[in-house]
Amino acid sequence: MLELRNVSKIMGNETHVSDVTLALEHGSLNVLLGPTLSGKTTLMRIMAGLERPTHGQVVFDGKDVTGVSPQKRNVAMVHQQFINYPAMSVYENIASPLRLARLDKATIDTRVRKAAELMKLTPMLDRLPLNLSGGQQQRTALARAIVKDAAVVLLDEPLANLDYKLREELRAELPRIFAEAGSIFVYATTEPSEALLLGGNTVALSEGRITQFGRTIEVFRRPDDLKTAQTFADPPLNTLAVEKRDTRFLLDGGVAIPVPDEARSAPDGTYTIGFQPHHLSLSPANPDAVGVEAKVTITEITGSESFVHLAYGGFPWVMLAHGIHHFDVGATITVFIDPRHLLVFDSDGRAVRRTPLAA
Amino acid sequence: MNSQTNLSGARVVHRSVSASARAPSAQNDALARKMRRRGQKARFSWLVPTLYIVFLLLPIYWLVNMSFKTNAEILGGFSLFPQNPTLRNYMVIFTDPSWYSGYINSIIYVVLNTTISVAVALPAAYAFSRYRFLGDKHLFFWLLTNRMAPPAVFALPFLQLYSSFGLIDTHIAVALAHCLFNVPLAVWILEGFMSGVPKEIDETAYVDGYSFPRFFIKIFIPLISSGIGVAAFFCFMFSWVELLIARTLTTTDARPIASVMTRTVSASGLDWGVLAAAGVLTIIPGALVIYFVRNYIAKGFALGRV
Repeated sequence: MLELRNVSKIMGNETHVSDVTLALEHGSLNVLLGPTLSGKTTLMRIMAGLERPTHGQVVFDGKDVTGVSPQKRNVAMVHQQFINYPAMSVYENIASPLRLARLDKATIDTRVRKAAELMKLTPMLDRLPLNLSGGQQQRTALARAIVKDAAVVLLDEPLANLDYKLREELRAELPRIFAEAGSIFVYATTEPSEALLLGGNTVALSEGRITQFGRTIEVFRRPDDLKTAQTFADPPLNTLAVEKRDTRFLLDGGVAIPVPDEARSAPDGTYTIGFQPHHLSLSPANPDAVGVEAKVTITEITGSESFVHLAYGGFPWVMLAHGIHHFDVGATITVFIDPRHLLVFDSDGRAVRRTPLAA
Repeated sequence: MNSQTNLSGARVVHRSVSASARAPSAQNDALARKMRRRGQKARFSWLVPTLYIVFLLLPIYWLVNMSFKTNAEILGGFSLFPQNPTLRNYMVIFTDPSWYSGYINSIIYVVLNTTISVAVALPAAYAFSRYRFLGDKHLFFWLLTNRMAPPAVFALPFLQLYSSFGLIDTHIAVALAHCLFNVPLAVWILEGFMSGVPKEIDETAYVDGYSFPRFFIKIFIPLISSGIGVAAFFCFMFSWVELLIARTLTTTDARPIASVMTRTVSASGLDWGVLAAAGVLTIIPGALVIYFVRNYIAKGFALGRV
């Protein structure tokens, strides 16, 4: 188990990571999800031992490893850039961590070939990394990280610099590779969809703080606070400030949205409601749907779907509509909010839901 | 019969093509004129580079020319080619110890200096490229200011310092003195090349389990090998052509070739032919070294920042 205990990292007068406490289990896949500058890379570098936390401890299997150098940590890391040793062949690149561990030749050979097979690199073993395509270079880096059987494998946005097709391909392969190894995988990404595809656990980060840690699907469906919900939404989460009166949220123009069951018991007052772009539609999705009038600002058509950007009061919204729709800019259209999928946050940004009785 | 109609048909087609080609003839003419003018321009484009090369190479050609002439011919008249080609001048240099020892001395201290400069500059450049420390930028710039003072400034302090350590007239004295100019230069060049290597390579290597020395030798040095080549070349060149300090610090045993060349007046007057031959031989090492780093020289002149 890899534990971070109250870890902070302050450089100059900038706080990169602030009071992070986290426990990652063996054999788990953990996605660090957050926008750029949210502290993902710093957190990984602390886990790798490349950086020493300003405060707090890093504990591995009960042993404090805070000041231990990366060489002695049994970790592996893959960067966003394709980092290989240009002077060595692909084979030597993959073999290098094993050679440093002083394994015998036969073991090294079988393990390198197995990792190469897994990453579909077998035909390129004799070539130099710089003569390979970007995807192959990154696969070499991944193979080098996996061949080592490290206890902790850190992947810092490994697919971000790859083109679309390769990214899809590798993303599909990664969970299978992770499942085969028993290591603690930590995978940083800015893309919510990547986190959902990979599954496992998600650590939602915002401005150097953990906003939520839990199973990916749980974090996505039931975010603890507005920050997490915003981090975990692409296109961005639609939000709206509303007044709660008993069982209804009152909007301007006399429109009322029924309050979801789990927020019914909350006191009356000002709340922020959030909903995903696909919970906004042109026709009512169910009898409870509430129609509101919003102004079209832009329409983006991506093949079979349309992203309609709207303005409702001062709030920018995005609606994901199936099919191709053309709206004039500035036109007022009626859109329907599905109240069954509302996320309700109080004025502090905390999610409002009935706390389970048996905690 | 059949073939005839075919022929006439073909002719018709041909005529129609030529007619259609004639239609936009005004534009075509203008285009053709433009192309012709460009062709004329291209016909004289060799002129400037040729003149440039001729002017550059003329003194060197003249030196080579003289080195194969006898003194009588050099002083007697003007000839583009040696009338009585002779190897005597070269023979003198290769047989007279006072001449060839000059080359040996020069090569010894130049190689010593290049080795010391690059060896010292490698860790320094790594520190400048990878770590941030108090005053790092000032120190880095200050290094280069060492090159801004003329060597004559340092001749006197060096003379007294080295003589008090009993180093006068030794190869190591000249090699160390030249470090004053060459170490900063090598640091600047190597820092440029090293900064072109992403820091993540270092970190990946540490995570993979490489210790620092092992990483530096096995991974890092191969990555900047061209930079090392360029830095070594520049050190070699500056040390090879530097005369003032080398002459000040040596008397007989470590006397460099450039110094020997300035004292060639003998009883029979100036030996022009031998002097020319010595000049030719002095150019050769530099030309040899430049050949090996020819692809990286531009990057080297930009201090590795291309």
